[in-house]
Amino acid sequence: MSFNNFSHELTLFQKIKNYDFILLFCILILGITSIFTMYSTDGGEVLFHTKSHFIKFSIFFPMMIVLSFINIKYWHAGSYLFYVLILGLLVWVALYGVTASGSKRWINLYFLNLQPSELMKIAVILCLAKFFHRIRTTSTNSFTSISVSLTIIIIPSILVITQPDLGTAILISFSGLIILWFSGLRIKYFIYSFLIFITSLPFIISFLKPYQKLRILTFINPERDPLGSGYQIIQSKIAVGSGGLTGKGFLKGTQSYLDFLPEKHTDFIFTLFSEEFGFVGSILLLLLYSIIIYRIIRAGLISRSFFSRLFCFGFSFAIFLYVATNISMVLGLLPTVGSPLPIMSYGGSSLLATMIGFSIVLSASINHRQNIS
Amino acid sequence: MFDESDNVRKINTINRRLFIITAAKILVFFGLTSRLFSLQVNQNNKYLTLSDKNRIRESKLHPVRGEFRDYFGNVIAGNNEVYQLHIVPEQVEDFRYITLRLKNILNLSEREFQKIHKKRKKIKAWETIVVSDNLTWEQFSKVNNYLHELIGVKTVLSISRIYPFNENYTHVLGYVSQANEKDIVDNKNIKEKFVPGIRVGKTGLEKTFENVLLGENDIQRFEVNAYGRKISQLNYQKGSKGQDLNLTIDTEIQKLCTELLKDKAGSICVMDIFSGEIIAMQSSPSFDPNLFLFGINQDDWQLIRNNPMKPLLNKTINGRYSPGSTIKPIVALSALENEVINPEFTVHCKGHKHPLELYGQTYHCWKKEGHGFVNLREGMKQSCDTYFYEISRRLGVDRLSETAKKFGLGEKVFGGLFENEKKGLVPNTMWKKNALGQSWVLGETIITGIGQGFIQTTPIQLCLMTAQIANGGYKIYPKIVLNNDQQYLDKYKPLFKNSKNIKLIQSAMFSSTNEVRGTSYKSRIDDPKYQFAGKTGTAQVKRITEKDRELDLKTFEIPYEERDHALYVAFGPYKNPRYATSIIIEHGGSGGTTAAPIAKKLFKLIVDRHKLRQSVKEKKYLDI
Repeated sequence: MSFNNFSHELTLFQKIKNYDFILLFCILILGITSIFTMYSTDGGEVLFHTKSHFIKFSIFFPMMIVLSFINIKYWHAGSYLFYVLILGLLVWVALYGVTASGSKRWINLYFLNLQPSELMKIAVILCLAKFFHRIRTTSTNSFTSISVSLTIIIIPSILVITQPDLGTAILISFSGLIILWFSGLRIKYFIYSFLIFITSLPFIISFLKPYQKLRILTFINPERDPLGSGYQIIQSKIAVGSGGLTGKGFLKGTQSYLDFLPEKHTDFIFTLFSEEFGFVGSILLLLLYSIIIYRIIRAGLISRSFFSRLFCFGFSFAIFLYVATNISMVLGLLPTVGSPLPIMSYGGSSLLATMIGFSIVLSASINHRQNIS
Repeated sequence: MFDESDNVRKINTINRRLFIITAAKILVFFGLTSRLFSLQVNQNNKYLTLSDKNRIRESKLHPVRGEFRDYFGNVIAGNNEVYQLHIVPEQVEDFRYITLRLKNILNLSEREFQKIHKKRKKIKAWETIVVSDNLTWEQFSKVNNYLHELIGVKTVLSISRIYPFNENYTHVLGYVSQANEKDIVDNKNIKEKFVPGIRVGKTGLEKTFENVLLGENDIQRFEVNAYGRKISQLNYQKGSKGQDLNLTIDTEIQKLCTELLKDKAGSICVMDIFSGEIIAMQSSPSFDPNLFLFGINQDDWQLIRNNPMKPLLNKTINGRYSPGSTIKPIVALSALENEVINPEFTVHCKGHKHPLELYGQTYHCWKKEGHGFVNLREGMKQSCDTYFYEISRRLGVDRLSETAKKFGLGEKVFGGLFENEKKGLVPNTMWKKNALGQSWVLGETIITGIGQGFIQTTPIQLCLMTAQIANGGYKIYPKIVLNNDQQYLDKYKPLFKNSKNIKLIQSAMFSSTNEVRGTSYKSRIDDPKYQFAGKTGTAQVKRITEKDRELDLKTFEIPYEERDHALYVAFGPYKNPRYATSIIIEHGGSGGTTAAPIAKKLFKLIVDRHKLRQSVKEKKYLDI
């Protein structure tokens, strides 16, 4: 062992000294912004969504702080267990899940409808980070490691696709693949698989459900069916575009307040924010996300262990991916796939998953000198 | 487990790949930023407009229609406040119960009740159902009594057309009724200002002046949500009332005309011989235009439609009649003007035993015993047909038609003012060749000379003709809308070659009314203040056969449809003429017995009202 093994526990003072307060502060700001935005979606009243979101955030935020004091090595130790647990929940969903609006995604926990597929987004990163933590560079591209890691990605993806929830399945696979990328899988594999994907695209499309095909058609030309499938995206663009430079003002977004925006609490929350706070507000929100992503990468860069590093880089990419797909979707740059905006969107499971991810990152930055053998 | 070099390699790989991914992330965020910039800054105006289009709904309200007034400023087509009954289903707890209550209170029929329920199914809960357009005072007070129990029901003040003089102005003004699809397609203005239930002119001046009368809608701008529910009123733009129009008609005279035509089919019109102003114009039978305001009921409509006296026809301008002897002043004038005869030219009228014979056809004078030797004045006075056969034979139809056209026959009197105004027909040789492809026959000239045959005129044309003879032979343009003055170049242009000829005709018409043996001598007024001159006419509806001539039946013995039309044209006061009139009574028998007595009653009032009219005119000029 050539490395010093810091097996001793850090004191509380050291932990606080190492704590990433900038990241914590940014998450808090984002949380507060999201509560106010939710208040606006409720038409300037404290109704169900505001209350519920507020309660969830005020539970999960302290929970995140508490979890962040768990040493990263315990996260490392529990990674596979966590993954298997979530996988088990997915199987449970497939068997006994709650069906809502045509898809079976939830487990009824009485106080909360849990959506395990959201948690899987974190679990798959965690699991693969642990897997590649142990593997040498030379054996990264071996058949065994590739096939094992692909299995780790594909099993939950298939389970989620059958729910059906294509959007989340894609996000899960991308979150997993990015770990493969960081751990040094040959670039040519990525290029090959991309080429195979492109050439098999017509074949894949023929397997899509009619509503999914419709979404792609609508994406290509939203005016094709302005009152039906194109309605969401047209109204969303109108809301964003009419916001202008500085927006219509808090609680003055006519598109949302007059109910022209569909799903304004969840996937389309950015639209409302952008309508009320305009270009300046949207840029500030993007900036906030950029700082968060940067702080996560920084936590990875200072970490001594590959596990922390891989997890942080993977998680930072996941956050980036959610933000980018969500905003591209509402701006009409991508077909509508269900992807929430982290923390901003209403949804307990997504918030929970994100917060768990943050607590691991915070833990990584506290214990950046921690070696994991 | 790890060796140093592998760790370094691994770290290098991770960091290198992080760099690539970070670069990609920056690129994507930059792309999103530029997309946001393009939507929110570059295309802001476009999306702002779209957003306003989403949320702002304009609702147009009924424009207030301009009024019609008579010459003295009395309202003859006005706006009346009516009470409507509205229900907003959303505010009603039990729709069926409320409508049942209303059915009892208002005495609604089962059909009307069903109609409300049918309507309820078609509209959104927050939209309004109009239960009744026009509550009677009794219904209104009854509903108000129970209003506290009828939540969701409200009475609303609205405006509707009213014609205070009922049937008096129907044919002049026409009437308004709910706009139908055709109205909207035909008139862009109506389309623009359309609101459900808008009333538009269907006939007459109401239709002609639709665009000026309509007015501007009040516009309410509302903010609505995605489901179309009104959230708040943004602003209220006041419209303007349509233009008011003053007519030249004197309601008192118009009312007298209606009375004189009571139970008869026919028409009277009175005209100022200098200004061309129509003083009265009535066609009988008429009907009450107020019936059409809220939709006429089927029974009333059938009654009007199937009346054999044709109340829907404005006989004054749309009715075509043979002028009969009323054409004789023009025939005589034409003969004098063309120097075919002189006033002393004499013809021997021998009566039915020796009728005029031409090419095997016989031409009878109306008088069995004949008139003996008649000159122009006598011929006009006694309306001797034989005399006019002879002069029209000498004159020829072409020269006759030229004069007739000059005096306004065969041409629309009001131009485009009234829909369907008839031109009538003044025949000549060219016309027959073109229209029928046959050449003119002398016999046709002869009967044209007594206003029979092809020739057809409208009552208003006869009135204009008489007015132009009365004013000394100068061209005038009749008008009925006071503030609608058009400039005509040839106004007051002389229509004669020698004014002596006009004087002769005037005097001959005077003799016909005021001298013994004149055809309308019985209807004369001796007081020079009211004294008038005229010419009777009796237009045959059916050809008189030898058998008819032998039978010589009285008017009342002939079936109604076969009786002659009675006509009379006149002007007065004779000393200083001001007004001309034409009267026609369909199937009234002879002009002398039916039409001329009407003129006698009419002229008294016309002359009496003259001073009043003059004072208004002077005052009008003073105002300017």
